[in-house]
Amino acid sequence: VCAASTPHFIDLTQVRHVVLVLSGKGGVGKSTITTELALALRHAGKRVGILDVDLCGPSIPRMLSVGRPDVHQCDSGWVPVYTDAQKSLALMSIGFLLEDPDEAVVWRGPKKTAMISQFVSDVAWGELDVLLVDTPPGTSDEHLAVLENLKKHRVDGAVLVTTPQAVSTGDVRREITFCKKTGVRILGIIENMSGFACPHCSECSNIFSKGGGEELAKLTGSVFLGSVPLDPLLGSSIEQGKDFIESFPDSATFSAINSISQTLLESLQT
Amino acid sequence: SKFIPHLYCPGTTSEQAGKSSSCQGCPNQKMCASGATKAPDPAIAEIGVKLSTVAHKILVLSGKGGVGKSTFSAHLAHALASDSTKEVALLDVDICGPSIPRIMGLEGEQVSCGLYVDDNLAVMSIGFLLSSPDDAVIWRGPKKNGMIKQFLRDVDWGELDYLIVDTPPGTSDEHLSIVQYLSSTHVDGAVIITTPQEVSLQDVRKEIRFCQKVKLPIIGVVENMSGFVCPKCKNTSQIFPPTSGGAERMCADLNLPLLGKIPLDPRIARSCDEGRSFLNVVPDSPAAKVYQSIVQSERLQRIHTQHTHTQTCPVPICPPLSSYCEFR
Repeated sequence: VCAASTPHFIDLTQVRHVVLVLSGKGGVGKSTITTELALALRHAGKRVGILDVDLCGPSIPRMLSVGRPDVHQCDSGWVPVYTDAQKSLALMSIGFLLEDPDEAVVWRGPKKTAMISQFVSDVAWGELDVLLVDTPPGTSDEHLAVLENLKKHRVDGAVLVTTPQAVSTGDVRREITFCKKTGVRILGIIENMSGFACPHCSECSNIFSKGGGEELAKLTGSVFLGSVPLDPLLGSSIEQGKDFIESFPDSATFSAINSISQTLLESLQT
Repeated sequence: SKFIPHLYCPGTTSEQAGKSSSCQGCPNQKMCASGATKAPDPAIAEIGVKLSTVAHKILVLSGKGGVGKSTFSAHLAHALASDSTKEVALLDVDICGPSIPRIMGLEGEQVSCGLYVDDNLAVMSIGFLLSSPDDAVIWRGPKKNGMIKQFLRDVDWGELDYLIVDTPPGTSDEHLSIVQYLSSTHVDGAVIITTPQEVSLQDVRKEIRFCQKVKLPIIGVVENMSGFVCPKCKNTSQIFPPTSGGAERMCADLNLPLLGKIPLDPRIARSCDEGRSFLNVVPDSPAAKVYQSIVQSERLQRIHTQHTHTQTCPVPICPPLSSYCEFR
């Protein structure tokens, strides 16, 4: 298998929209937001794909509870892993390729770039309404490689995820500059881990401060897509690979995620 | 057939470099085949000499982002520097997401030589080289590596008791570079930071594997964001639940010391945003007490007494990273 030296087809012709999920900061919930957006879009009747390009820390397989299946080849490329019988949610992750889940992928940039080119180009996604690309933190090799390879097809834009505190929004400001420099449209900013309601007394604590995402959106003239609260139920759904949207349809967290996914869909269709 | 990626790099210093079948398609192939990568980087020896006046070097690592590496690094530096007889420096090698300038109250400062927070606490970060807080460092690996080399070789570190190195998440260029560039000098080891959930631990186990591969000793593990006490009703909530037993279980399984569990406290994020030491702002808080107990822990105390000032270790702590794809 040789990605960089052989010419290959790009099977993204039937993928309608490509959305990157970015953040300058790690651990702000890019993978959680990617997973929940994908589930929300699927519940809205869309066919969704997730490409997990976080080579050093792939989290999506666990969050979707798909384990570590073997990835197989068909005539049109590598077949993604489907989370459901209807094949409405497809996933491709580096996590599938590791023999030992604790094994560290100790790669320098050029090798990551080669891997991502192979990833992006050779997956047989088939027909998708939206392909979400979950990225590692930063503005480096993975991000440049994803853009170089996906731009040949299309990139609708990026959703930026931040937590409310200034240390995080500071990193996201840098990511906004990255988007401007590389010509990626910013579809909007999501504030995650925004406020925690104590389950014992309902007192709301702003553990990671409050309002930084919205402020950042104003400051940079970006759309503010919404806030997702710090919800231990969401955390444990993610940990157990359960569909939060199915389990807690009445929660405030669900309505926040749902409204974000609706706004996102609308902006993709304009 | 099964999907087989370019997983098998013979290593840039190996005989097979650039020639093995797995090198086909690697952008590094030509350079490896030319033999240029087989000679050791002369900077490694220069850095060894340069840092011979630094008694202790501690790396702060985590496979996962946003678990509190920079917060911990900053507060470890503050805590060590609270002893006015000690000289402490904090180096931020997170090239694309430098948080240390803000956490240390130095945001917006522009210098090329490092900055002093206190008489005995110096800080260096790429953040000081940027002209605006919006500046993005859109660099591929080799350029990031060059920056790290410059930080170690060209900054005048002087006589130090401690050099704390804060790193970005992952196991990639920055991590290989810092380990490699420090390979001709003594490194005390790494403190690994995690949060309690399995989603975090699964990445942290990879970082531990990385340390083992490059023979970097692990000083211990810190569990951050461990439980939250409601300021109103005083009940504890597990916001990031330790579904697989948390760091405690992982440390027991892997036979590693758990240095402490730091609870969530909204005042920590606020102090970091304001660039003040949380340990000074609320010294009596449970989280500050855990910080102090970590610094006072037998594992960290052992480092204090281990090596005398200006002693260098002539034996490189890690072998050439021949089993990985190196790129300069």
